[in-house]
Amino acid sequence: MSARLKLDNYAYRDVPRLGVRGWLRWMWRQVTSMRVAVILLILLALASIPGSVLPQWPQNAGDTQAFIDANPFWGPLLDATGFLDVFGSAWFTAIYLLLFASLIGCIVPRVGVYWRELREPVPAAPSRLDRYEPVEVEADSSAESVVDAARRELEGSGPFRWLTHYRVRVDERERKAPDAGRELALSAHKGHVRELGNLVFHLSLIGILLAVAAGSLLTYRGQALIVEGDTFTNAVVAYDSYESGALFSEDDLDPWTLTLESFEAEFGLDGNPLEFTAHAVLTEPGQEPRTVEAQVNRPIQVDGAKIYLQGNGYAPRFTVADGDGNVAFQGAVPFLPQDSVYTSTGVIKVPDVTSGEQLGFKATLLPTEGSSEAGPVSLHPAPGNPVIYLQAYTGDLGLDAGVPQNVYQLDESQLSPVRGDDGNPLLVRMELGETISLPDGLGTVTWEEMPRFAAFDLRRDPTLPWLLVASIGALVGLAMSLFGSRRRLWLVAAVAPPAGRKTTVVTAAAWAPAHDTAVHEDLEALVAQATGTLILVKTPPEDS
Amino acid sequence: MTAQELSWLALWGATALYAIAMVASSIHLARVADAKTQAKALAATATSSADADVSGAQGLTGDSAAGSASGTAGASSAVRVRSKASGIAASTTLVGAVLNGVGVIARGFESGHVPWSTMYEYTITGTWVAVVVFLIVQRKRDVSYLAPGVTGFGTIALGLGMTVLYAQSTGLQPALQSFWLVIHVSIAIIATGIFVVGAVATVLQLWRDYRDSGSAFLQKWTWLEAVPTPAKLEALAFRLHAVGFVLWTFTVMAGAVWAEHAWGRYWGWDPKEVWSFVIWVIYAAYLHARTTQGWAGRRSAYLALIGFVALIMNFTVVNLVFQGLHSYAGV
Ligand code: HEM
Repeated sequence: MSARLKLDNYAYRDVPRLGVRGWLRWMWRQVTSMRVAVILLILLALASIPGSVLPQWPQNAGDTQAFIDANPFWGPLLDATGFLDVFGSAWFTAIYLLLFASLIGCIVPRVGVYWRELREPVPAAPSRLDRYEPVEVEADSSAESVVDAARRELEGSGPFRWLTHYRVRVDERERKAPDAGRELALSAHKGHVRELGNLVFHLSLIGILLAVAAGSLLTYRGQALIVEGDTFTNAVVAYDSYESGALFSEDDLDPWTLTLESFEAEFGLDGNPLEFTAHAVLTEPGQEPRTVEAQVNRPIQVDGAKIYLQGNGYAPRFTVADGDGNVAFQGAVPFLPQDSVYTSTGVIKVPDVTSGEQLGFKATLLPTEGSSEAGPVSLHPAPGNPVIYLQAYTGDLGLDAGVPQNVYQLDESQLSPVRGDDGNPLLVRMELGETISLPDGLGTVTWEEMPRFAAFDLRRDPTLPWLLVASIGALVGLAMSLFGSRRRLWLVAAVAPPAGRKTTVVTAAAWAPAHDTAVHEDLEALVAQATGTLILVKTPPEDS
Repeated sequence: MTAQELSWLALWGATALYAIAMVASSIHLARVADAKTQAKALAATATSSADADVSGAQGLTGDSAAGSASGTAGASSAVRVRSKASGIAASTTLVGAVLNGVGVIARGFESGHVPWSTMYEYTITGTWVAVVVFLIVQRKRDVSYLAPGVTGFGTIALGLGMTVLYAQSTGLQPALQSFWLVIHVSIAIIATGIFVVGAVATVLQLWRDYRDSGSAFLQKWTWLEAVPTPAKLEALAFRLHAVGFVLWTFTVMAGAVWAEHAWGRYWGWDPKEVWSFVIWVIYAAYLHARTTQGWAGRRSAYLALIGFVALIMNFTVVNLVFQGLHSYAGV
């Protein structure tokens, strides 16, 4: 109690002295006051909301750009003021940094106060207990034995007594009233667990903030797509996309390899996905290869990193022979699923033809072809009746320009579609294992197999264990702080019995915050235990 | 009868029973208020005419015994009213909760997974938890003044769930098949149920507070006499909110662990995550406000209610309107 009054700076009523130092001190007091903490917390909540209402750059760049394009006035304005990246904006950062400054200013001094209070004796019992609705009983035993019994009861025993029991102090002193003899006054306090929990909680919050900040500097993540039978080697160039924090060095990548043996996809009759499993072999340098499995919620662990299964699809394997009969392309081509029945699209680029123009293909895969009014559609994501519709192009693929190209798109600017006999662009239907011949002796395309691919997301964040520890600390501290009780019990026994009698008069009282009504049961149990009498403590009326 | 039909019937039964419980507990509350007003009047007038007054009180409270509103004690706090209405309220709430539970469990069997992966399932389970929390608190001490609020909420939530939100059960998407789904969502629902009861107590606290300080409108609500003092209600609401807050903290953390497992990042400011965070921060503000000069009492009570509104928002508007990874949980 005293700790809070000392430190909650609203208890200070002094007007700040003028002068820079006075003002600085005054400002610091404001920042570390509870009222400012409340206001900052409210501001933090308010400031977060736009982040869920407006499109955000880090979450969805496409939508955000579209939003700016669609709102020529508001879009750029909101973008410039940070509303399209709320959680990275200057104002959001300012609020939480101020909050944490406030928290440190508030909590760190309390640690010292807490430490000193723990080592100081418990304050003596008040000389008059009248204010606390005391109970009075008479005991047959002496004052000493009553107080001793009470002390044993309150201090408890066992390894966890500091957690559950009271700190106790006993004084022998002059009796104020009514007959001015001597008395034994026991004072018991509980509440250090609560305060400890409060400190642990707030310090853990700082720990969480530090762990998150360190994480953003030390983490790396990359995406890779592996076709069944292929092997991925952990190196920056092997990733389709890769990003890392400022303090992560690419030399730290461990060159393990991951071979995707097979990918299993189970679908329900209605086409809903049931389970995806990637069966793979992981070889770490200097170790025996081991088989591993990845599922959507079960990443593979390797070298402090986790490999998540993020997506999957088909990667049909083609052989393309050019007009001269030479094999110009052979390989698996990942097709990206476009919908829940895995209608997938892919692109084959054949730059290395023996003579003539380069070849390009756009293809649509229907894993289970069926017909509808609008034409052929896929009925199910499993490969029940796989069919590919192929469109061929000739010309220049644009690969020599040196600009990296999207492997899933065909740059049609210098290509012209291959036309059929009717003069329309040719659309060829092919089935698995089939070879089709292109018109005009351009060559042949064979669809050899249909392996699947798995898309993996690899992430390494060495701060995760710290984050977990800090979070558990926060949770435990919070529970201690909210469920730990703050109670005071007092028990005063007159050393000499009242005139003409042999009993000891014992007065006892308790105090606790308003929500803690169970303190009266504690008091009742204590008095019963110490005096051997059963009393009915008057509980405050339940209502009105 | 299939599990689906059983679930459906049981839940409609629960809805009807909650509605009856709400009416009965409101009547009971009004009687308690009457008896209290009577007892106060009794205490105020001379004790000589006690007999006549007691019979008057009995007349007012109808078929019930006016309990211990004895003129001699003269203590307004000792009023105990046992009416038929309170019996009906208690039994309908209890049976309603049992049926609600049957409905939830049957739904679980029907769908083959824990019944909290769609908004509909979340609603029926959350309502059940709220009523059970109320019943548990009720066992320890008399909080029947919360009954109209809690059963009223139950009626509306279940009714909306059955009519608007109902969705056929489907299998779980691979991303939802996780131990953490069970943990994260079940604790979220329990926290929500507790916050519901806490919010009811807080609303009563504010009404009673404004009535006591002379709000003209609230003077008409004599039933508020049957409700404890604002300080008592605040103490009860705090205990509920404290438990709810710890559970919510756990929910958010478990959600982060789950996200880490499923998506490879523990926190991504997805709309659902933003709102879970907002809720957490508002309740944290409430806990601080309670111990801040000038904020304790009414202002902190408002913060608790704002937190509750955010909680409901998170579950309605955020699910329906905002797009995010969580939206594949289905509506
Ligand atoms: C990141 C911001 C913060 C969060 C999330 C937070 C959260 C909490 C929570 C949940 C409690 C409830 C525990 C209890 O009632 O014992 C609490 C209590 C407390 N907080 Fe904070 N806090 C934050 C910042 C601060 C700051 C800036 C201060 C200092 C001004 C502060 C001072 C306190 C104090 C003194 C208590 C104990 C209140 C009591 O005795 O009941 N907190 N905090």
